[in-house]
Amino acid sequence: MELVEQLLEGDRKACAKLITIVENCAPEAEEVLSEIYPHTGKAYIIGVTGPPGVGKSTLVDKITKELRNRGKTVGIIGIDPSSPFTGGAILGDRIRMQDRCTDEGVFIRSMATRGHLGGLARATIDAVKVLDAFGKDFIIIETVGAGQAEVDIVRVADTIIVIMAPGLGDEIQAIKAGILEIADIIAVNKADLPGSDKTMIQLESAMRLNQSEKAWRPPVIKTIAETNTGTAELLSAIEKHEKYLRDTDLFEENRKQRCRSEILEYVNRKLSDYIMKKLEREEIEKIVEEVVERKIAPNIAANKIFATIGESKREEKTCSIKKM
Amino acid sequence: MKMEKIRILVAKPGLDGHDRGAKVISRAFRDAGFEVIYTGVRQTPEQIVETAIQEDVDAIGLSILSGAHVRLFPRIMELVKEKGITDVLVVGGGIIPDEDIPALKQAGIAAIFGPGTTLTTAVQFIKDKVRKAK
Repeated sequence: MELVEQLLEGDRKACAKLITIVENCAPEAEEVLSEIYPHTGKAYIIGVTGPPGVGKSTLVDKITKELRNRGKTVGIIGIDPSSPFTGGAILGDRIRMQDRCTDEGVFIRSMATRGHLGGLARATIDAVKVLDAFGKDFIIIETVGAGQAEVDIVRVADTIIVIMAPGLGDEIQAIKAGILEIADIIAVNKADLPGSDKTMIQLESAMRLNQSEKAWRPPVIKTIAETNTGTAELLSAIEKHEKYLRDTDLFEENRKQRCRSEILEYVNRKLSDYIMKKLEREEIEKIVEEVVERKIAPNIAANKIFATIGESKREEKTCSIKKM
Repeated sequence: MKMEKIRILVAKPGLDGHDRGAKVISRAFRDAGFEVIYTGVRQTPEQIVETAIQEDVDAIGLSILSGAHVRLFPRIMELVKEKGITDVLVVGGGIIPDEDIPALKQAGIAAIFGPGTTLTTAVQFIKDKVRKAK
């Protein structure tokens, strides 16, 4: 495919267009993903997550700047939420990265979640592959700034940085299941604000409670993204984590695990698209009516629908999504 | 069935720092179902065009109140041609005197939405033009 050839030669427009194709689930998307896949697996993927307003974008900008100083190329994906009502979105992560905009070694793409839950956009894993094949040494994914359940990033990144800020809650917040558990590195940003020392101590002791059995102890690092303080320490921690993963074979193990969950993700996607397509037909409407009138339970209705999949003729499994 | 969204870059070129209007139109676009890439104030023409390329936008909305549109808009269109993204719809809004509009349209700006334009007008124009192009 011509666009893929151009991508492999370093054409930025081709990169942008290919991301659009995979994001929109265009008919060519399957072919694109299949063609670029052999050229992926080289980039190191960093996930950056944390509550809204802690300074994720600013910190990503500073990390990128430092990586560039070291001669590395960077792809950045910034994710913001889509409105569940209008389907639209304001994608504002780029604002904090304006200095990287005209750097040829950096490619920044903003993505809206488009109804996907979990902190990532529906097509984030596909966009990562495009940037990987494009030749970026590092790919940084900045997730939707959200709460504790947005942990999909685990299925995509090699190293996950969770960013916190002073004054967001006490020790109990920190040890609740969710976001802290996935951290390989914790940054306490806006460390110039009052309470940062207390926050560090609370996070460190929360980590001790969480992490007693695991070998890698996530470091807690103070940063002030605005003044570029702590960036070097952060990068050093990323390097150490990468070395740890490679030395213990966890690097390969994690990637294998991610392949497994990716395949499952694609299967689930195709299955639910296929069923959503079927759900528009009259036979399904009849089943819905039966549930509404309490003649059968929803789980039994689901069994009925599943039974029809095997019976019907083989249909083309195109990627079809109901418009929001 | 594809899942397509209209992607629009809302940018403020030059030194104009008053962004309330740009934020209002961004929200209107979001409410109309667009994905809005909002890059903030003080953008150079180079930054705007490079962003449009990376984000593969369908349209660029330029917001300016300072009078610098006379120089900046044609410069942006020059770069649009140079970088080969002439299929992107470029519109402008803000404080742009009527007598300047013909020259801007000559340079390739599809429409100017001055004060008094309803949000619906701007939204509908972009929807119609982008859908037609697809």
